[in-house]
Amino acid sequence: MEILTNIGLNHYLTISALLFGFGLFAVMTRKNAIVILMGVELILNAANINFLAFSKFNGGMEGVMFSLFIIVLAAAEAAIALAIVINIFKLFKSVDVSAIDTMKE
Amino acid sequence: MNNATYITIFYIFAAVTVFSAAFVVFSKNVIYSAFSLLFTFFGAAALFVFLSADFIAVTQVVVYVGGILVLLLFGVMFTNTIMQADLKTDVLHVVPGILLLAATVGGMLFTFYTTGSWKPSDVQLEGSVVERIGFETMSRYVLPFEMASILLLAALIGAAFLARFDKVRNNEQ
Repeated sequence: MEILTNIGLNHYLTISALLFGFGLFAVMTRKNAIVILMGVELILNAANINFLAFSKFNGGMEGVMFSLFIIVLAAAEAAIALAIVINIFKLFKSVDVSAIDTMKE
Repeated sequence: MNNATYITIFYIFAAVTVFSAAFVVFSKNVIYSAFSLLFTFFGAAALFVFLSADFIAVTQVVVYVGGILVLLLFGVMFTNTIMQADLKTDVLHVVPGILLLAATVGGMLFTFYTTGSWKPSDVQLEGSVVERIGFETMSRYVLPFEMASILLLAALIGAAFLARFDKVRNNEQ
């Protein structure tokens, strides 16, 4: 009971491990490129939770700043990835990543 | 705040985050996945408040929910014919995926819970970090901050260039 009621670092690490596992599962098994992007966002969120948890229990500001930059990178990555996905849809008329197997138009 | 209330609220937000993340991954419908991702982001933002990173929580809500999620929904609407009744997506490699999920999560949890205990610092982050973020951004992290702005500009131009309608090629034909 002690471990359940005393919220510590392990609780946050557990949540983050689960989010990371789900994101990895989405990236590995889904065919739709948009859902794969959602999986990548889940993985980035898991990393954010880890950084902030370690920063909280370490008392420094490094994790907080790093998670801020992760959010910036996630925004840039989502914009570029969506543009690429839309281009793929224009060329192949589908976003099924297992059907995209040629580099020629 | 009462300790029991604090713990209850933490577990509620943890459950919201984890279960909606599971629904994102295991739902067959892309639209349901996108809307479930909304709850994951909000739950994660609430957890950030527990970690006394209130500014990051607000940024998470503004950037992820207001920006990335809307962008993903745009992507879903662009790349599926809305009139087509099923927005279903197929899956492949389900069994290796489940094995990898179980192995990764199990391995990490085993490592966290068995290899000794963490030794937290005596001085932990308390209260609001907004002021400290401002000082850090303008002192130690001023170079990454400027590089992030250049990266965002490049991403903006690149995304607009990649996603625009291809007028040049249509004129040539």
